Amino acid sequence: MRYDTVIIGAGLSGLAAGARMAHYGKKILILERHYRIGGLSSFYRAGGIDVDVGLHAVTNYNPSGPKSAPMARLLRRLRIRLEDLELFPQVESRITFPSATLRFANDPELLPTQVEEVFPGQGENFRKLARLVDDLYSRDFESGPASARAIVSSIITEPLLVEMLFCPLMFYGCPQEDDMDFRQFALIFLSVYNEGMARPRLGIRPLLELLESRFQASGGELRTRCGVSRVEVEGGKARAVITDKGERIECDFVLSSAGLVETAGICPEVVAQGASEPEPGRMSFIESIHALDTPASDCGHGFSLNFYSDDDKFIYRAPDEPVNTKSGVICLTGNFAYDKPVEKELLRHTQMADPFFWAGLEKGEYKEAKANWQKRSDNALFSKVPGLAEHSQFVDMFTPATIKKFTGHINGAVYGAPVKIKDGVTPVENLFICGTDQGYLGIVGSMVSGVGIANWHLLK
Amino acid sequence: MTGEGIRQAILDIIEEIVPDEDLSSVDPEKPFRDQIDLDSMDFLDIVMELRKRYSVEVPEQDYPRLLSMSSTVDYLLPKMESL
Repeated sequence: MRYDTVIIGAGLSGLAAGARMAHYGKKILILERHYRIGGLSSFYRAGGIDVDVGLHAVTNYNPSGPKSAPMARLLRRLRIRLEDLELFPQVESRITFPSATLRFANDPELLPTQVEEVFPGQGENFRKLARLVDDLYSRDFESGPASARAIVSSIITEPLLVEMLFCPLMFYGCPQEDDMDFRQFALIFLSVYNEGMARPRLGIRPLLELLESRFQASGGELRTRCGVSRVEVEGGKARAVITDKGERIECDFVLSSAGLVETAGICPEVVAQGASEPEPGRMSFIESIHALDTPASDCGHGFSLNFYSDDDKFIYRAPDEPVNTKSGVICLTGNFAYDKPVEKELLRHTQMADPFFWAGLEKGEYKEAKANWQKRSDNALFSKVPGLAEHSQFVDMFTPATIKKFTGHINGAVYGAPVKIKDGVTPVENLFICGTDQGYLGIVGSMVSGVGIANWHLLK
Repeated sequence: MTGEGIRQAILDIIEEIVPDEDLSSVDPEKPFRDQIDLDSMDFLDIVMELRKRYSVEVPEQDYPRLLSMSSTVDYLLPKMESL
């Protein structure tokens, strides 16, 4: 059996690419090493419910926006209607620093108004930044890489506001430490601050199953528990993939969503001769997920998301300690405007973690470290949401090592390598990269990535 | 397929791609883009749906012929009348 394209990884980018290509009659095989689809946006079962691994909220939510908006364009490519996603908007989110708090919501006017109120005189600067971001988007981000911190600081003259604006955007998609590429900044700025956020009431699972069923209905083949150990290259062209079990599968194209460095691990030819080895990302996180026995809003916590830092200078880098407990993201999954209540309200808490510490532990040490840092992380959490600790029915925590184990992403780097390959092209002429190392972000971004690479290179 | 059949086939395809658009009053002589909100990828999808559904190939140099409904039907008729 020969395939038009073999896709490595059944995450959102691979599934979206597969669904689109299979729809147009291509013979597609998706190979996924894990037993479950979803990759970085998968789910697992705990306490009798589906628990999402990656999803806090879907960004790019813009139900009444133009048809040129990323979500609207993506849905047309996949023949999915917005209603099929059953998204419900956030109530309101916050950025909480010691010296100031900013509120934002899906009404794009709230944040500029808040900025003007909390930082008098900065409202116009913020609008100027928003216009610059818009302008970059309308020119399709064609400019080269640039330091977001340098650009933003040249427009926003209040340093604390700069830190506060960066905090959610870095937490939600920055692969590099300390700074980000301005194009990446602009992309997340638009998707979080301008367009807004929403949640599917049942989490990520229905979307994954929708993509999977679309893919299979169009004749696509999906194999789980089937990793790829090698891509066979001859004369600069990929000929076949070799599975972990040693099966050789021939194909005309390979689309890898495994990550660039990870792909280089199974196909060294994707690194150009003489080029330096690409660096893997170092930004990873721990996340604790508490199931609550009572709505958080009944305890006085009505926000959807809270991005906080205990220091007015926001530090975004792999910490020297196992976990940086001084900043984080809190997501209250019950506080979205659902049509009916969620089955089980979750309190999710994400903090930066040192991937090297978590990767280097023996089994017994790991368990002990996890219990220890879980407690410390919870202390930080419950000081932000007092009164909720006693309503936690059960808690589960994952670490950078968990992410590595289930997704294969080196260092558990959920946003991939710092250097992105925007066009997906590699030195292997028929092997392309999609997913987190192509540079789009979030639930919508990952699908945009898969669909984009399919359109540009594989559906010709 | 007749000209009318082709017209209906095109409308079916456009409806699948942009289900929210009102296609009932499309003027066959006016460009699609002045009447329906279609971007270049939507347009490419129409071409790919023609290939998928009717095995009709529209080479890139012929894309300008798919400007309006009547020019599209004129262009596709010789390719599709035997279907």
